[in-house]
Parts: sequence; C-alpha cells; structure tokens
Amino acid sequence: MSDMMEDMEGGEGVVKKFMFVNRKAPHGTIYALEGLEVVLISAAFDQDVSMVFADDGVYELIKGMNTKGIEVKDFSRTYRALDGYDIEKLYVEKASMEARGLTEDDLIVDVTVLDSAEMANLMAEQDIVISY
Amino acid sequence: MSMLHIVNKSATERNSVESCLRLASKGSVVLLIEDAVYAATQGSVAAAKIQAAMADLQIYALGPDLDARGMSARVLDGVKVVDYGGFVDLVAENNTCQSWL
Repeated sequence: MSDMMEDMEGGEGVVKKFMFVNRKAPHGTIYALEGLEVVLISAAFDQDVSMVFADDGVYELIKGMNTKGIEVKDFSRTYRALDGYDIEKLYVEKASMEARGLTEDDLIVDVTVLDSAEMANLMAEQDIVISY
Repeated sequence: MSMLHIVNKSATERNSVESCLRLASKGSVVLLIEDAVYAATQGSVAAAKIQAAMADLQIYALGPDLDARGMSARVLDGVKVVDYGGFVDLVAENNTCQSWL
C-alpha cells in the first residue's frame, strides 16, 4: 500500500490490477456491504478494478430484493451504479451460480460469466486480491 | 414433546442446516431464518435435502428474510412461510427451542 501511495504522490499514476472477491450472501453478515464500500473507495484511485462473485457472493446480485421487513439498507441497487465509477469488470463464477439454481437473468447487473478455469486465470494475473 | 430448531446460516457456507436436518427428531419443526432461507429455494444444492426432510419434519422459512434476499418467488413447495408474528407463534407452540449457530 505504501508503494501505491508513493506512486500516487509521484504523480506517475501507476495502475495495478485489483480484484475484489465476494463470497458472502448479503444481509446475514456485514461482509457484502463493507466489501462494496471498499470497492467504491478504490474507484477514487483510478485502478484497474475487477469484482468477482463466487459461492454465496452470487446472492448479492439477485434482482428484486425488498429489505423493508428486516429494516436494513438495500444496497443491491448500488451495484447498478458501479459503471458510473468506471467499475465495469464484474465476473460471476458459473458453477457457483448453477449450484444455486440461478441464471444471468436473475442478476441485477450485466456480468461476465466465467468457468472455474477462466476465473483461476483471471485471479492469477492480478497484482492485489482482496477477498470477503 | 416438540422442539423448534432455528437455523440462520447459509447451507452453502456452513453445515448448520445439514446437521439440524440430520439430528432433528421426527415431528420436529425447523424454522429457517436469515441466510438459512436460501436452503429452501428451488435449484439450490440444499433443496433436495430439505425436500427429503419434509417427510419427517415441518419446514418453515421467515418471509421478511426471503423478501430481503429476493427469494420469495423461489420457495420450495411444502415450505411454510411465516412472518415475525408466525415466528413468535412457533416459539410459543413448541416446548423447546434450539438455535443452530
């Protein structure tokens, strides 16, 4: 991180590949919401950001949430605002989606669906991976 | 004697749902809340286990938690959806409660 700060201060604008891996369902724990907040903060640093949704993280993207009954913030709409922050690389692992009986049509944003091998390659080429 | 089993963890992240279904005795009541409600939805890997368990157990899911997760339209046939009032009724109707953390 200190490297990054120096890079920024030097005005060099070094761009690193950041991947945020989301593996938790929304609402039951705070991970999904906090993870999303970190991604939004990262947008301020003009980095090459990818978001991955795997395992229960796929549930973060389900359409039609109504959180009134449990009195918490419905942050699922925020995913639709990500392209406004130039975060457009959203990836979903196919096996995770299928294991939950879900299809791309069930998701609130457009994503790229990758099989596990493709996801592994994408992960391997990152400079920094942050997982929730 | 009847026991209410309350589970709040995702079946695809923890084994709480699986253990509960294995250890709940016949005639018991199981209430799925919070992230456990995903187990009672069509196409999930836990759905078959829930369906098999319905032969011996009554399975309930908390409606507000299904709504919050966008899962209300996907609930398995035979799973009864209750609101918070129904949750209280289940607690009152059963002799004992067990929360599977």
